[in-house]
Amino acid sequence: MPFYEDIKVGQRGELGSFTFTAELIKKFASQFDPQRFHLDEEEGRKSLFGGLTASGWHVAAVCMKLMVAYAQRHARHAAERGDEVAIGGPSPGFRDLRWIKPVLAGDTVTFFSEVESLRASSTRPEWGIVQARNTGTNQRGELVFSFLAAGFVPRRNAKP
Amino acid sequence: MTLTFEDFPPGHFGTFGPRRVTREEILEFAAEYDPQPMHLDEEAASRSMLKGLSASGWHLCAIMMRMIFDGYISRTASLGSPGVNELRWLAALRPGDDITLDVEVAEARISRSRPDTGIVTFKAVARNGAGEALCEWVSPIIVRRRDAMKAEQAG
Repeated sequence: MPFYEDIKVGQRGELGSFTFTAELIKKFASQFDPQRFHLDEEEGRKSLFGGLTASGWHVAAVCMKLMVAYAQRHARHAAERGDEVAIGGPSPGFRDLRWIKPVLAGDTVTFFSEVESLRASSTRPEWGIVQARNTGTNQRGELVFSFLAAGFVPRRNAKP
Repeated sequence: MTLTFEDFPPGHFGTFGPRRVTREEILEFAAEYDPQPMHLDEEAASRSMLKGLSASGWHLCAIMMRMIFDGYISRTASLGSPGVNELRWLAALRPGDDITLDVEVAEARISRSRPDTGIVTFKAVARNGAGEALCEWVSPIIVRRRDAMKAEQAG
């Protein structure tokens, strides 16, 4: 995680890729979203989605997983260079989340994040707020997932 | 009885829960999907903005999904959701919290592109046992209309 001052509008990162196997789709769905098209191949084929489909919340959770891993790699590299490591804050929420196309069993989704806006927090002077458009693209190059995320990032030299 | 578009007029729809969230499930979800120290480690969490161990916001989303599934989606002629208009995490979800979910139909309209379905936009608010709002979620789902269901069953 970089400091607020090091982030620029338009910066884009590839967060990583994830393959949604039938087993993983069913495991998440049975716990959190047991709609029939997330649990059974035949029901998936009969649905609008045309096959066993990952829960949209599974896709979102995997995006978070890869985002955290990406931030941890960044922190490791910063530490290796002897730089100060920033620890990101929580998120106040997100907007405009779209499940654009189904993520079907066997699909591999690559996630990206692009900074859209930056502002200082009006109530918390040691923090800034970054808005980023996070997206997922499948192995056929189709955009399947997108949302506008917000998150607190620490300001340099402003220890909480 | 399957719920169709006609069963979702604008206004208060229902209150679901309570659903207890344990420390173990918070740690398990965070380890898999959101392994930030504020969701995994008491000590690091106490130094975070949230001042104590809290569940991943995505975990709360997944729990709310399960609560609406158990509450009504499982018996609704739902064709899925195109997305989330807005979701705000307002306060931390803590180990041992009992979540209730208040669901309101904000808007219900017939789909122009698929007139055998309607688009029902829900606004759901998750609260802890003290009544504090933890999350506000606005999302449309696509629901079949009653006549379309009847025609299919007859045919």
